[in-house]
Amino acid sequence: MGKKRHNIWLILAALVVAIPFIPLVLWAFAGEWRFPELLPTEFSLRGWEQIISGGNRVPEAVLNSLIIGVAATAASVAVGLPAGMAIGGYEFRFKGAVIFLILLPILVPPLASTMGIHLTFIRLGLSDTVFGVFLVHLIPTVPYTAIILTSVFADMTGEMEEAARSLGASPWQAFRHVTLPQAVPGIAVAALFAFLVSWSQYILTVLIGGGSVITLPMLLFSAASGSDPVITSVLAILFALPALVVLVVALRFLRGGGDESGMIGLGKPS
Amino acid sequence: MGGRLKISLLLAPAVLVIGTLFVGGLYAALVQSLGYFPAIGQTEMSLSAYREVFSSGNFIDSLILTIYIAVASTVISTTLAVLGALALRRSSGTVSAVVFQIPITIPHLVAAVGIALVVSQTGLGARLASAFGLVGEPSDFPALLYDKYSIGIILTYVWKEVPFVALVVLAGLRGVASELEEVAQTLGANAWQRFWHVIFPVIAPGVVAASLVVFAFTFGAFEVPYLLGQDYPTILPVTAYNEYRSIELSDRPAAMAINIIIAVITALFAAAYLRLSRGLGRG
Repeated sequence: MGKKRHNIWLILAALVVAIPFIPLVLWAFAGEWRFPELLPTEFSLRGWEQIISGGNRVPEAVLNSLIIGVAATAASVAVGLPAGMAIGGYEFRFKGAVIFLILLPILVPPLASTMGIHLTFIRLGLSDTVFGVFLVHLIPTVPYTAIILTSVFADMTGEMEEAARSLGASPWQAFRHVTLPQAVPGIAVAALFAFLVSWSQYILTVLIGGGSVITLPMLLFSAASGSDPVITSVLAILFALPALVVLVVALRFLRGGGDESGMIGLGKPS
Repeated sequence: MGGRLKISLLLAPAVLVIGTLFVGGLYAALVQSLGYFPAIGQTEMSLSAYREVFSSGNFIDSLILTIYIAVASTVISTTLAVLGALALRRSSGTVSAVVFQIPITIPHLVAAVGIALVVSQTGLGARLASAFGLVGEPSDFPALLYDKYSIGIILTYVWKEVPFVALVVLAGLRGVASELEEVAQTLGANAWQRFWHVIFPVIAPGVVAASLVVFAFTFGAFEVPYLLGQDYPTILPVTAYNEYRSIELSDRPAAMAINIIIAVITALFAAAYLRLSRGLGRG
């Protein structure tokens, strides 16, 4: 009996999680849906056709979002991996200060520093460019990556690496063939979340891109401020897709961990 | 290779990126908030932007709204998360992991749009109310978007942040708390005693740490209130952005002053979080 009661709570939680998706999916395929009908009275693919036919600058926006997201991910892993190794694997002076510095951009809104740096970006010719947008996306993505990778390296004991070293492996060989393979799932998860954080950015892109660099959340935002729920819902679903893909992949990587406790380190990208 | 040199080299790229873009950006905001704008011939520094900001009713209204939204979102999220975690702690870990991880990964904008389509006056909620004969016209349904009480914003934050706090609580519950609780139960403690004297002390530090994160985030976040918020007052980041976009260059120092105020407040929360979570690590 007890088991059943717990399942009821789980179903209730799943329902609450599902609520915002219900109107999104219904509207995305609605042809006509007047108030107060509970369900659309006609279905249509109008929104999807409009997007596939290149309306609303969707292909350009998706491409920009992908380019910036992939570049920010690659740079964040390149920068966050060594930082995660250092913080997770070693004790050193000022470690607390370094952790604070890396944590700060996650809790202090990146908009404040982006507004501050905007003038410099204009002077350097970085504003209104994809490269400039990529640079400011690093403000939130690098800290997330570094913190996830810190917990990855903190969980490693280093025993395997020591064993490899005592068997005559060079430091580089030990890293390349022992430590790195162990860290691959963690690196993959960090990369996926760096991509999501970049993909979700709206205001940093608006500010530095200055309207010249159009990304998907900008189209979603202007659609949501307008009056066509069909296009808004189609764009919202398109915008949510990578998150669902990331979720599936992350769960596969983390299945060894057992329950959800392994996922806390994933943080909360906005 | 010396240990210290190796660690410095490993940290250098991240420190350089964050130092240049984030710290450098905040420094530039600070300098501009003091009125230093060589581009328009302003090279004298003063605190007049801060005096102007603190004495304006606009800023005070905005600050009150920001604190209200952050406090309401944090308190509601934390309460629901603790209750939810208590209810779910014996259910399947894998299934609840998936259910909880969905709102965490979904972008805030998608959540905001979905919630808006549920709670708007022609939304799913109003249609359901109409089906039960509670409302006739859309305007009979309460305005929950662009409203004085920021209901749509708070609902979106609660939907997004409850799972984040709940995962932290669940980790605590599945650990030492469940063993201690069994001991307490054998010793004859009732449900409330077990919660208040056994479970709560174990999960409390994690709950406080997670709610600090939620508060700092909802205090400084931009997108959701920009989309679902009323025209006046606006939350601090939106107020800063509007001042910044103003055609009057003389509004820039005020925008930057608001940015610095937001940064100082959220940084204090980051420091508190760090203190607490390092204490957790030691315990």
